[in-house]
Amino acid sequence: MPMRISLRDGAFSLTEDPFTNVTDDWAIPQGDVIISLTRFQAEGEALLAQGRKVGVRLESHEAVEALAYDLPRLAVVALAFPKFGDGRAYSYARLLRDRFGYAGEVRAVGDVLREQAGYMVRCGFDAFEPSDDSTPEIWAAAANRYHHVYQRGADKRAPAFTERGA
Amino acid sequence: MYRYDSIDKAMLADRTAEFRGQVARRLSGELNEDQFKPLRLRNGLYLQLHAYMLRIAVPYGSLNPTQLRKLAYLARTYDKGYGHFTTRTNLQFHWIKLADTPDILDHLAQVDMHGIQTSGNCIRNVTADPYAGATAEEIDDPRVWAEALRQWSTVHPEFNWLPRKFKIAVTAAPRDRTAAKTHDIGLVLKRARDGDLGFEVMVGGGLGRLPHIAPTIREFLPASRLISYLEAILRTYNRLGRRDNIHKARIKILVAALGVEEFARQVEAEWEKGGDAADLPDTELARIRDAFAPAMFETLSDRSEAFEAARAATPAFARFARNNLKPHKVTGYTIVEISLKAIGETPGDATAEQMEVVADLGERFGQGDIRVTHEQNLVLPHVKLDDAPAVWAALDAAGLGTPNINLVSDIIACPGLDYCALANARSISVAQHIAEKFADQDRAELVGELKIKISGCINACGHHHVGHIGILGVDKKGEEFYQITLGGSGAEDAAVGSALGPALPYERVAGAVDTLVDVYLRERKDGERFLDTFRRTGVAPFKEAVYADAN
Repeated sequence: MPMRISLRDGAFSLTEDPFTNVTDDWAIPQGDVIISLTRFQAEGEALLAQGRKVGVRLESHEAVEALAYDLPRLAVVALAFPKFGDGRAYSYARLLRDRFGYAGEVRAVGDVLREQAGYMVRCGFDAFEPSDDSTPEIWAAAANRYHHVYQRGADKRAPAFTERGA
Repeated sequence: MYRYDSIDKAMLADRTAEFRGQVARRLSGELNEDQFKPLRLRNGLYLQLHAYMLRIAVPYGSLNPTQLRKLAYLARTYDKGYGHFTTRTNLQFHWIKLADTPDILDHLAQVDMHGIQTSGNCIRNVTADPYAGATAEEIDDPRVWAEALRQWSTVHPEFNWLPRKFKIAVTAAPRDRTAAKTHDIGLVLKRARDGDLGFEVMVGGGLGRLPHIAPTIREFLPASRLISYLEAILRTYNRLGRRDNIHKARIKILVAALGVEEFARQVEAEWEKGGDAADLPDTELARIRDAFAPAMFETLSDRSEAFEAARAATPAFARFARNNLKPHKVTGYTIVEISLKAIGETPGDATAEQMEVVADLGERFGQGDIRVTHEQNLVLPHVKLDDAPAVWAALDAAGLGTPNINLVSDIIACPGLDYCALANARSISVAQHIAEKFADQDRAELVGELKIKISGCINACGHHHVGHIGILGVDKKGEEFYQITLGGSGAEDAAVGSALGPALPYERVAGAVDTLVDVYLRERKDGERFLDTFRRTGVAPFKEAVYADAN
């Protein structure tokens, strides 16, 4: 079974990934699946009615608001990084967590390097498919690089301005 | 001045450790250049024509003597004995070895300095009025807000991978010394009638290939809501800014494409939904404000005998005082501008020895406060008039006494073809030739305020679009040619200049500027600057004179 790095209770570990990532030109297999937004809008109801878990992969040009009403039914939102430097998904993750109160898995897929780990965690990602062979140890070291942060994020870390006031 | 606390210092230590690891991975081949590039850029490291260039952040242009001495040390130890102050009030070293950079960054961290986010598609060093805390014009100290933004923008989780670079300037005076309207966001502090502080928010300025003067999207934003509002702007941009074409990726293109009203509407909608969680608590703003508490000023007479005596006895000092001393808010004090535009030298360059002289003067006579201006000069903001003659004498002895602030030879120029891989043409030597034409200081003073800005390519690092006279280097079949524009301004009366006519070859540029100045002197009415005369007469008399010469 494929694996991904998961963040649970502050710890990173390699976990089995029960979801099959299904591209639009594939037939839907058995079991839990992650599908495109287009396919979800066409086939999501039927798949959910079968009792399986469904996730949606959102491309970086797709608006996260399109999922707003379906979020309680989605097990995973996979946010795509078509390129390491394309930062749109950070905003989508913030919106999923802060505005829509989404509590399911937010997964980083695509061009995912350890240099992004800290930013991703702070924006609310809790699952990662690194493309640079990062182990959970490497990922954790990168994500925890900074002992302090200056801003409020989706991760509830206390920013410097709160630490100073304490 | 703001001093780093243990949190600020820890942030810096973590950052330098991270970069040391990244450099090691690059040197070992684990990272290829494509992967390494965005990482090194976010630490200020560029690969230029001859070597690496390291750009060091000078947040809101503010330096203390210890920091400036450290820059002098680095110039001597790791570069060729000098550094270059930029139009974003940063300092660049142009002759750096990659393997030395982690050590250099460790040195910088010892004095609370760094190269964080001085390049890359992220929020860059925040700039502010170099006269902050010293000018009577300001309604509040913009450094308080610039420091708040420094912290907010540092390793921001959401806005570190933007479509393109993002520059913010803050001023609190009606006379704009930050070129706020040429920034992605320009912030002007204002007071409402009831005394409340707020910001006029201007978005979408920028130079480069497609120059834009920033329109105002909000006339008055309560100051306490600054950060949440900026988050709304940045989020709108991060989501909608173009990523398919590097030349159309700046926020100015998004603002123009949506229209100002629609862009503003989307920002306001996002801001309302976003709440105030990002805003700083009053306690933190008060902590930062405390750090910028006014310096201890003595009660002095408005007439300094020492100053008057020196002015009467020494014509060179009198000239320096006329051009380089600016009014201070406290009686008996003055703001001293130090020109880095000595005739025949590279605009913005300072040698290690000169940095040390300025550091010493700042310590001895200037309350330990030194500023960098976006026009690539330095400022001692708090000098007693009584001390001004001694300060001038020391500056003059170090080659820093050039009395040309805001005059024709106070030129902004990008590094150009001498250093930069992007340039089409030289900038520095054009600036030198023009300055030499106006080496006669009486004539330069007769001409008065005249801002010449020179870029070696369309990326416009020399801000040519907003020069009273703008000069842009272009490549014509392998030859250096220069397009001249007139009537631009980066100040509160901001405008993009308009073209004079066909581009001129390298050897004709300085002569053309001389001709333009002659036309101005002939046409001007009482009290008009070059810019005012041009705006009244239009391009015709200038064009006629320059191209008549050519025939």
